[in-house]
Formats: sequence, C-alpha cells, structure tokens
Amino acid sequence: MLAFLAKGLFRDRSRSLFPLLTCAIGVSLVVVLDAYQRGAMDGMFRVMSSFVTGHLRVTTRAYAKAGTDASNDLALLGVDSVLAGLRRDFPEVTWTPRTRFGGLVDVPDSTGNTRVQSPAAGLAVDLSEASPEREILRIEKSLVTGHLPSASGEVLLSDDFARRLGVRLGDKVTLVSSTMNGSIATWNFILCGTVRFGILAMDRGAMLCDIKEIQQALDMPDAADQILGFLPREQYDDKLATRLASEFNAAHPGENEYAPEMETMRTASGLGSMFSLLDWAAALILIIFIVAMSVVLWNAGLMGSLRRYGEIGVRLAIGESKGAVYRSLLAEAFLVGLVGSAIGTAIGLGFSFYLQEVGFNVAGMMRNATMVIGDVIRARIAPMSYIVGFLPGLIATFLGAAISGLGVYKRQTAMLAKELGS
Amino acid sequence: MENGVVVCTDKLVRKFHVGRTELVALKEVSLEFRRGEFAGLVGPSGSGKTTLLNIIGTLDTPTSGSATVLGERVESLSPVRAASLRSRHIGFIFQTFNLLPVYTAYENVEFPLLLLGLSSAERRRKVTDALEWVGLADRAKSRPTQLSGGESQRVAIARAVVKRPELVLADEPTANLDAENSHKILQTMVGLNRDLGTTFIFSTHDEKVIRYLRRKVSLVDGRVAEDRTLEPGEVRSQKLE
Repeated sequence: MLAFLAKGLFRDRSRSLFPLLTCAIGVSLVVVLDAYQRGAMDGMFRVMSSFVTGHLRVTTRAYAKAGTDASNDLALLGVDSVLAGLRRDFPEVTWTPRTRFGGLVDVPDSTGNTRVQSPAAGLAVDLSEASPEREILRIEKSLVTGHLPSASGEVLLSDDFARRLGVRLGDKVTLVSSTMNGSIATWNFILCGTVRFGILAMDRGAMLCDIKEIQQALDMPDAADQILGFLPREQYDDKLATRLASEFNAAHPGENEYAPEMETMRTASGLGSMFSLLDWAAALILIIFIVAMSVVLWNAGLMGSLRRYGEIGVRLAIGESKGAVYRSLLAEAFLVGLVGSAIGTAIGLGFSFYLQEVGFNVAGMMRNATMVIGDVIRARIAPMSYIVGFLPGLIATFLGAAISGLGVYKRQTAMLAKELGS
Repeated sequence: MENGVVVCTDKLVRKFHVGRTELVALKEVSLEFRRGEFAGLVGPSGSGKTTLLNIIGTLDTPTSGSATVLGERVESLSPVRAASLRSRHIGFIFQTFNLLPVYTAYENVEFPLLLLGLSSAERRRKVTDALEWVGLADRAKSRPTQLSGGESQRVAIARAVVKRPELVLADEPTANLDAENSHKILQTMVGLNRDLGTTFIFSTHDEKVIRYLRRKVSLVDGRVAEDRTLEPGEVRSQKLE
C-alpha cells in the first residue's frame, strides 16, 4: 500500500513537487536569514568590540558615566599598574590600553602655512611588535600603503582621509588637540602609512598612532582612556564577562569617581538592548516561520484536498477507512516535508556558505553611516543552521496536512454516491 | 444470509432536514434482493433511488426501519465496520467512472485488493483476470486520460468486481456513454452476473439499462410503486463474447 501511495505521490506533481518547492523555498530562506543575521551580528559585535568597547572595558567611573561625552580629562591614571593588576588577576583575558582623541589635522604647505585642515577621530593603541592590537585591529591586513609606525612621530591615516587631505607618505601632518588638562596641544607627525579597515565610520577620518606617542602629545603620562579586555578566541561570552566584571568591581569598591570600573560589552555603549534583541530574534523568526509556513501549507493542503476530493471519495467508497485515508495524507506530508526541508536546508546552507566566504558589500548603502560597522556583511553557518529551517519546515508541512486533512473526517459518506456520480 | 437474500429492507425510512423543512426521501421501503439478481431501481430524479443505493452500500443509515446487507444490520454498523464491509463485499460503479487519474488501469483495478492485503502474486492474477473479463487486458498500462469513456467505465467495472464482491451497486453507469458503449458495458455486466453470480443493483432512469434488467423496482416519491420481475422476452441480455 505504501508503495502504491508513493507511486501516486511521485506522479502527481501538484501533490509532491509543488508542496516540496514551497517547503524548500521557505526553509532555504530561513536558513539564509538565520545565518546572515548571525553573521551580521557577529560582524557588528566583532567590529564594536575591536574598535570600541572590547569584551570588557576598564575606565574611571566618571568616564563610564559620561558615556559618549567622555573626554580625556577623565582618563585612567597609573595605567601600567592597573594593567599589571588586570593581567595578574585575569590572565585568560587579553588586556590592552587605548586612548581616543579628537582634533584637527593640519597639513602645511611648503612655506609652513596651512594648506588644508580637517577634523579627525584619533585612536591611540599599543603598536609595539608584541602588541595584541596588531591582531585585534587587523592593522597589518588593513594597511593600504606604507608601514606601521616604527619610529617616534609616525602616524597612520585612513586611506580615504589621506587622499582627501592630499597627503603622501613622508608628509608632515600636525594634530591640533587639547591635553588631558585642557590646554591646547599641537604635535607633528610624519605620515608613514594609510589604512582601510572596511568600517565606514573609521575610514572617513581616522588617525592611528602609538599610545606612547599620544601620551606625550596630549600630556597624559601613564594615562589612557580605557583598558580593553578580549576574551579567548575573540568570542564574547556574556556570562563570563559579567562574572569577571563583578569580581573586579567588588575588589574596587568606594565612591571615588576616578577609581577604575569594569563594564561588559553588553553594558558598555548601550549594547544591552541589542543583546536582548538577539536573544529573542532567533525564536521570533522560528515562530513567524512556523506560523506563516503552516498557514501557507495548510492552505496548500486545503487546495490539495479540494483537488483530490474525488479521489478521496472513491477511496472511502471502495472501503478505505477515514483513518487510513487521513494517515496516508499525513505520511505523504511527512515525506514531502522531510525531502523539502532537506533540500531547502541544503540550498540555504549553500547560499549561506557563499555569503560566509564572499560576504555582501553594503558600503554603497552606508556612505553616511555613523555606526561602527563593517562594509562587508558575512553570514555565519553554525550548528543551529542545520535545524533552524529543517525542523519548522517538517513540522509546518505535517501540521498543515494534519489540519487540512481533518476535512476527511467531516466528509459525509452518505453523500459519496451523489458526489461521485455528479 | 437466509435463502440467498443479499439485501433486505424493512419499512425503511430516510428523512433529511433542509433548514426547517423535513424531506422524506424513502417512505417505508421494504424490498429483498437475492444472490445473482440483476435488478434496477428505476424512477425520476428525487424518487429516492440514490438514497436507497447509499443505504444498501452502507454509505448511509436509515432514519427508521431496518436494512440488512449481507447479514449486517446497516443501522448499527460502525464506520470502520461499514468500510470493511464495503472493501470486502461491495463494489461500486459510478456515473463518472471516478478512476484515480495518476494510476494506470492496472493500478486502479489493483487498489481494492491492496485494501484487502492480498499478496503481490495474488493481486496480479486477480487484476489480470478482471481486465480480461472486461476486455481491456491490452490497456493495463494506460492512464485514465488515455482511455475512452467506454474503456474507462469498463476499468471501473473491473475495479468493482476484481475482489469478487457479492454485491455491485451501479449508480447511473451509462449516463456518460453513447449507445454503443452503453450496450457493451451492460453486456459486460450481464456476463459477469451470469459467470460470477454477482448481484447487480442499478440506480437508473436510462431506458438502455432498463431493457437489460431482470427485475425492475420503480420508485416514486420515495415509495415502491412497482416491483416487477421482467419476462425473459423483455430482457435483451446476451452472452458475454
């Protein structure tokens, strides 16, 4: 009997091919969407953590409280000592100091007068040979021209920024800024290289130099805005980060606003709501998919049942029980759901793999973006990708057939002869 | 089944409710059909033919009175038992053939045997026999869309008789056929009735069918107006070639 039903299923395309395509398309969309969302969020978090917050961030309480308005006068003092303590107490975390600064970049002409000026967003990091920043910021990979600062007074500019200013390697650029005490500061740099991070907010007007250099330039000896911590394998673990932050903050009690405070990536820069959103996003997608696909497949099932009204009537008249007919409809749906979901998952994974390897360039859409986000968004295939579409696809197909198939039980056998005779 | 009685109805009443209106489709119908009969329920539309055929086919139950089919009381049959009775002992032939479109003629005829759980070899033998009875052994692999109306109805007949049912119920079996095909179909059924001893009960108002009947039960407004055994001279049945 099963072979007989399977034969009918394969021959009747409207029973097999079309529901299978519907299921496969739906499943593949969910797989791609899931992987793309995961990859996009990963990318965003990676960029955010690498360039802005780290997985953990130690600042003064006042700096943390000031948020985006924080300035260098609230920087941590005695950074070397704090850094040593962090490396001793939390050896599994990679710690590195940073200072953000703003100011004007002034490019002089041959006579020493200003040729061009432009505001710049500066980032000072440890650029020594052994520094983890080389890997965290992927500086070497981002280098477009020149080399990393290796001598005193050398600086990197973002490639677009350097072009806009019309400066070349070896040219002098002057930073006009303020010291951490509020005085005017000017400092001459030599352009040693240009970088492109693929992050629009950075590439528009970034200046990158060694933190020792900026400590001299802005008169902030042994000070830094923040010390960033990175968990192993670049993977943010909110539970671990929260535990470490709690331990650190418990060891540094008191009301002193210049005392160090540790924040997690979730709490720093207001990413908490985004984390919460992420937690719900996957579940929400699944629910929407199951409901939407169930409705679609239920409808398809109803249409199929209407089309097969005569066939089911004949089967009932010949002597097949309603239960047997219903079970056969469920078996068909299970088979179609299984194959459709498998095909959909395979297609979805294939496309996701392409997006994972090649990515999707959104630079054209984000020319004026101020978000710290990469210009190539990639998908990421995870173990969840294998079931995120498969199970709902199978369940929805089965559920749709189960609901629509209930019509078999509502059918009045008393009307069969009349229906089949007409 | 005492004395070869296949179907027995006693004061059979079937009422339907359409809104607040009560329609009485059958009014105290008492009939008996014996093994091997070739009988017809004859009458105009709305006379109760199909309703009676439904009850005899265990597709419906009476409002009052009783109907005994092959020893089973229809009014007390469970749906599963009724389905089982149909699958084993009753064959149906419909006006519009109702072949399963994605299956071949062979597979359509095989379907009732699958419900009975017969072995592959046994099914093959019975299906081949049935298709030979109706003269379509050479069209076994054809799909319904490749068959003419007459051929389709012959496949439907083969499907109805392949399990060697004791009772075949045919609802207007020639309504969609031309005169020549109608006669071929009727001759096939006459032959099966004679050779296999199968009881045939028709619902019809087609004169072509009526001329083949050996018993004519006329229904008018749900009552038996006439129940007449036709004289041999009145019957045009011929030997199956």
